[in-house]
Amino acid sequence: MHDPSESATARPDDPTAVERAVAAVWRIDSARIIATLTRVTGDFSLAEDLAQDALLEALRQWPETGVPRSPAAWLTTVAKRRAIDAWRHRERHDDRLAQLALEIERSSDAAADAPPWDPDEIDDDVLRLMFIACHPVLSREARISLTLRVVGGLSSEEIGRAFLVPTATVQQRIVRAKKTLAGAGVRFEVPPREELTGRLGSVLGVLYLIFNEGHTASGGERWMRPELAVEAIRLARVLSALLPREPETHGLLALMEFTAARFPARVDAQGEPVLLADQDRRRWDHGRIRRGHEALTRADSTGRGRGVYGVQAAIAQCHAVAESLETTDWGRIVELYEALSGLAPSPVVELNRAAAVAMASGPAAALELLDEIAASGRLRRYHLLPATRGELLRQLGREAEAREEFTAAAALATNDRERERLEEKASG
Amino acid sequence: MKYMLIMRVTDEALAASQEIPFEQVIEAMGQYNESMMKAGVLLAGEGLADASEGFVVDFSSEEALVTDGPYGETKELFNGFWIIEVSSREEAAQWARRAPLGTGSFLEVRRVTEAEDFPADNEWIEKEAGWREELAQRSQG
Repeated sequence: MHDPSESATARPDDPTAVERAVAAVWRIDSARIIATLTRVTGDFSLAEDLAQDALLEALRQWPETGVPRSPAAWLTTVAKRRAIDAWRHRERHDDRLAQLALEIERSSDAAADAPPWDPDEIDDDVLRLMFIACHPVLSREARISLTLRVVGGLSSEEIGRAFLVPTATVQQRIVRAKKTLAGAGVRFEVPPREELTGRLGSVLGVLYLIFNEGHTASGGERWMRPELAVEAIRLARVLSALLPREPETHGLLALMEFTAARFPARVDAQGEPVLLADQDRRRWDHGRIRRGHEALTRADSTGRGRGVYGVQAAIAQCHAVAESLETTDWGRIVELYEALSGLAPSPVVELNRAAAVAMASGPAAALELLDEIAASGRLRRYHLLPATRGELLRQLGREAEAREEFTAAAALATNDRERERLEEKASG
Repeated sequence: MKYMLIMRVTDEALAASQEIPFEQVIEAMGQYNESMMKAGVLLAGEGLADASEGFVVDFSSEEALVTDGPYGETKELFNGFWIIEVSSREEAAQWARRAPLGTGSFLEVRRVTEAEDFPADNEWIEKEAGWREELAQRSQG
């Protein structure tokens, strides 16, 4: 029988297959390897360097030797040896060094299949790693880059490509982030109870930023980068498995699943965006919708109420279960936006509430809400405010005003495709 | 992308596995499933009951014919599956390699088709154009 893993198991004559296998192993194991190394060295920055060294060593050796039976154990042992070498050079003959040497010896005696980490600690260690990567002392960009690299196992090249920045920029961000963390004396820990909600908020925020960059790219030619959104979903699944009693970990996951369910219908055959109203709902991914329901149910079963992600997930759920725009429960959506306004007041939420009001009670009522937002001067630079006003004015037959709004919206849009779409609307 | 890891075992392997303590098999499988769940890749997975409980529906004649299992000539029995969501074919292969299966077992790894595999056809585009028109008219009126 044909072995489907053949192309990924190393063949000495095919270095690119090995490179791909190394990258795949790294995606699977990097978080646990770096978390383990941070635990044993007590130094996140050093652990990350050691892990990267081990990765390079794998790229050198695996084309000759093949992918080892337990790649994670191989990589971890190489990294630990490097740590010992580094400390010897610095003449740091401390207890930690002896401990590491002992661990290497033990791991070579242990069964080949034994994982190179402590099974009772590894989950918490991965969680600690996520909290470090998303630490509030870091800039938004640094948190995103560090999370994708150390938790997601992406290379700097892949992160650069996903965010349309040069690889060197990503590398600089990571180097600087590690210095900032060291400078601030950030510890490898799950935050204490009283800080947990705030710190978890930062982790969830980073995952949602990554998702949104894939969901509606903020710049560039492509409307969506779904691979980035799918990686954000994977990381949200990791987090919700590690912190099952936190409702918002499930709420965020549910929101992402419901939103991503629409991806197959969001772009037409020409690569043009298709808005919710025009989407062929038969193309929605029903597996994702089901997983969204499950995640939201888990959020509710914690008995701690819905947070901002849970409420947004519930809104996305209303769309997911509706057969058409017309049969959507807009009254319920308006209520949910009101709840969201209470949890996290923002003009963007108000804007969305107005759009729901338009569907529930007609364009005139919604326009009143939007006029309030516009008069307040908030969202002056947000293209969706004039875009939404344009839609409502057009529905009310106020065509000249509608065109003005679409023109203004097009001038504010940063995504090329979205701008084109708005320009089309402005011209009729 | 999604892949299905399809477990196939020979009769001999199945017989041999029955000599390994059940607890041990369950534990190894449990750990494997948990590792995929905690890595955020596992979407679904099921094991199948003994083939003797199953049956075969044969479409080779005009009328579909139902016959009792086990499957006469099949050498490798379909024994269970996982569906995982990963970033590449190689990642699927690396997960497959880690399955706690013994000699005589095989994993067939197949990509699961998604909506993107079925591009909007002409009929669909026409239909959509019709909707757009209808919606435009509705909002004008």
